[in-house]
Amino acid sequence: MRPARDTRKNEGQIAKMVEKSKIAKQFIQAIPHSSALGMELTEIGDGFARIEMPYAKHLVGDPETGVIHGGAVSALMDTCCGAAAMSHPSSPAGTATIDLRIDYMRPAASGQTLVTEATCYNITRSVAFVRAEAFDDDRDNPVAMATGAFTVER
Amino acid sequence: MARKRPDPVQVIKQRRDAALSALVHGVPYINFLGIEFDRRGDELTAVLPYDDKLIGNPLLPALHGGAISGFLEVTAVIGLSWSVLWDEIEHGQTDAEEIVSGHLPRLPKTIDFTIDYLRSGLPRDAYARAKVNRSGRRYASVHVEAWQDNRARAFAQATGHFLMPRRDG
Repeated sequence: MRPARDTRKNEGQIAKMVEKSKIAKQFIQAIPHSSALGMELTEIGDGFARIEMPYAKHLVGDPETGVIHGGAVSALMDTCCGAAAMSHPSSPAGTATIDLRIDYMRPAASGQTLVTEATCYNITRSVAFVRAEAFDDDRDNPVAMATGAFTVER
Repeated sequence: MARKRPDPVQVIKQRRDAALSALVHGVPYINFLGIEFDRRGDELTAVLPYDDKLIGNPLLPALHGGAISGFLEVTAVIGLSWSVLWDEIEHGQTDAEEIVSGHLPRLPKTIDFTIDYLRSGLPRDAYARAKVNRSGRRYASVHVEAWQDNRARAFAQATGHFLMPRRDG
């Protein structure tokens, strides 16, 4: 009996994971600019989101060093912060950026995927406060940090 | 002794436009967004022609906040770099022909950038102008405003701080 139940449970979990990754894919596909930049949502829930953006030639801001342009980094941060706000348990119906500040600590290493993790650390009836960090392969030294305020549509 | 006659106006214009174009089109991300610069003397207006790939919310539809911030940051960096180059070209320290032939100057690096989204970006062309509030040897502070149909109704503005490229020699 027992093994059978476990198998069922696993199947249920796998189905849930497939469902979740489907939602994640659809989330990015629904945002033309984010999919044009090649973003992939790899985790979302409870006011947290992780989005990855693989290195691509058209994102380069400095052709000499191959470093990605700050604008592409801020697009990634903006999308990730918005996703974190949307995924907050109080489930806003929609969101728009009010303001976003980005600190660029160091250039992203050429050729490496950029990973951004955003947390919605506070939410009121009408405003979501979010912060985010972006990394390349060196996970100890963030490339950039962002803080932003987002509208909460109910 | 008579002063050297200045070059004909179209020669000067062509040289300046070619230098600006080389500076702008040397950056892949600027080409990806499709941003162009319109020059009147030393004043630049950045133009972001509408494209479906710039959309962030297809239901409204509205431009993506990231596309808008990318546009503003490009406007700030090019505006700042151009203002420095303009003076150098005028004073003969930099040769515009050098830039045209691919010897591009290093661009300023963004230290931080704060964007204010005033209203949603409509699915049409957008324009932006940068104002260099301070341009020192090492640091610069730049303000940018972007609008669409109505110049007096900005839809986004930003302030950024930049690290200037080292000028050796």
